[in-house]
Amino acid sequence: MDRTINREASGDQLARRLPRRYSRLAFQEAVAGWLFASPWIIGFLVFTAVPMLFSLYASFTRYNIIAAPKWIGLRNYETIFFNDNFFWKALENTFWLVGFKVPIVMIVAIAIAMLLNLDLPGERFFRTIIYLPNVLSGVAAVFLWQWILAPDGLLNRGLALVGIDGPAWFVDPAWTKPGLIVMGMWWIGGNVLIYLAGLKGIPSQLYEAAAIDGANWWAKTRHITLPMLSPTIFFQIVTTIIGTFQIFTTVYIIAGSSAGGSGRDVAFGGPGQSLLFYVLYLYNRAFGKVGVGGLQMGYASALAWILFVIILVITLIQLRLAKRWVYYESE
Amino acid sequence: MTSTFIENPPVQPVEALPREQRRDTKPRRPLTIGRLLALLLMIGITILFVVPLFWMVSTSLKTPQGLLKPDWIPNPIAWENYTTAFSFGLWPRWFLNTIIITLVSLVGMVLSTSLVAYSFALLRWPGRDFMFALVLATMMLPEVVTLIPQFILFSRLPAFGFQGSKVWVNTFLPLIVPAFTGSAFYIFLLRQFMRGIPTELTEAAKIDGASRLGIWWHIVLPLSKPALATIAIFHFQGAWQDFMKPLLYLQSEELYTIQLGLTQFQAAAGGAPAWNWLMAASLVVMLPVLVVFVLFQQYFIEGISISGFGGR
Repeated sequence: MDRTINREASGDQLARRLPRRYSRLAFQEAVAGWLFASPWIIGFLVFTAVPMLFSLYASFTRYNIIAAPKWIGLRNYETIFFNDNFFWKALENTFWLVGFKVPIVMIVAIAIAMLLNLDLPGERFFRTIIYLPNVLSGVAAVFLWQWILAPDGLLNRGLALVGIDGPAWFVDPAWTKPGLIVMGMWWIGGNVLIYLAGLKGIPSQLYEAAAIDGANWWAKTRHITLPMLSPTIFFQIVTTIIGTFQIFTTVYIIAGSSAGGSGRDVAFGGPGQSLLFYVLYLYNRAFGKVGVGGLQMGYASALAWILFVIILVITLIQLRLAKRWVYYESE
Repeated sequence: MTSTFIENPPVQPVEALPREQRRDTKPRRPLTIGRLLALLLMIGITILFVVPLFWMVSTSLKTPQGLLKPDWIPNPIAWENYTTAFSFGLWPRWFLNTIIITLVSLVGMVLSTSLVAYSFALLRWPGRDFMFALVLATMMLPEVVTLIPQFILFSRLPAFGFQGSKVWVNTFLPLIVPAFTGSAFYIFLLRQFMRGIPTELTEAAKIDGASRLGIWWHIVLPLSKPALATIAIFHFQGAWQDFMKPLLYLQSEELYTIQLGLTQFQAAAGGAPAWNWLMAASLVVMLPVLVVFVLFQQYFIEGISISGFGGR
């Protein structure tokens, strides 16, 4: 016991004299470290790593869960790229949403955050209310927005008051995706709070110095706010893109209403397949009905890996581009 | 590059967060015309954010005829919508299922995440930094990549008749057991927090002869309460409102969660849903989450700032 205490007390000297692997305490700590981390490590192996490897293998097979997988080489990938209109439709829809929604969310969120950062009375109240919708997700929230965006719903009634004849939103194939963006604005609060935290981190001396130099609001925004906020903007763009690529619950519910809820085949994706987003298409292929394109686990695994590579490439491109426009103070 | 970028999120949370106390001692800037306009604009925006919820409440109290009128205050008020909405389907059962899944997975998530985060934050072991890099990497991993193979796994794993099923599919197990292995995002969040615990405290306990499990339970957990609360609340919100996993794994109606229960309205209505019932049911389903938010909102807002992630 005495010796243990001594070793603890002079741990530093001990570490210098003894190679680490010979130290009993270090060994004990290593065992404890691995043991304490083992829930995650086991979970990672069982629920992530091994499944991922299996799905990579499955993507080269024909597999319906019931019979054993049958190796067919690159056939799934060939079909997807050269002979699958639904794949291209899903990709087109998904890129459309990412391309429009991400910048709109960014601009609106920064604008609201800048308003909130004016040190207005009641700031805390505004923050809370704007964040509130972020805790509401799932089917109930989607139903609410289907009702608001119904052809005779609240939004169109509001638009009618100012003389605008609102579109049929989730019923009209041309307006389903804009409808998703309008709906998505309700969940902008999380982004606003992150931008607000970024804004609060900008030292006020910068603005004071600029004011002395006679800079106007736009000059301050252009040359102080945006550069100082760029790491936050970058982080937000990366995470919003990854999230938008994986939209599922919302479109599943909305598409389900227009199709009457049953008879799921590969084409299940709202009016004119305008809501056939990537993960929904993948779901149809994997878990849809047999005979109408469903239960093709091998094919769907190939789709999953293609999405993974797309997201990875887009993220890597952004990391590369970030060097040109993201400003880090320490550099 | 990716890992350093996640490990040092651009948002520096605690300092950046406006301390309410500090805020009160600072004199407010006077209201100029410009700032008054900004305030009005902000009030307008805030109204836009709550209008959908008011509309939901209003709709849920309307009669079928009342639905055709754009009134905010329904006349007559149809309280019976709330009983009608829950009169078909197995709602008591579905609520109970959701409560069981949410609470059991919550306990598993908090216990495992705190153990793992403790190991990453305060213990030194070979391979730790590599493992933590793996944790960060899985955070960036799109969920959809593991969706299919996990389903195949759970359709093979034996459940030995648990909930009347031979395999894990069509039991609560796929929704509960993975929570006991922690989640990368929460581990990251908690580890950042635990690194702020002074090592003097844990070292002193060690000298007093406390085991590591004892240190975790008696020192680390109590000191991590705010971060644990954030995780528990996030997990509650996510599990209560999860749709995709119940959709995949729960097939018999008596195992449904309330989210799946809500979609039964769609199937029953066949295209022209009764919005008043639907809104009544949706509101009740949302209510626990709203109550938790009102009670614990500072934890939500801190969690967002600590992590730099906006959820969704």
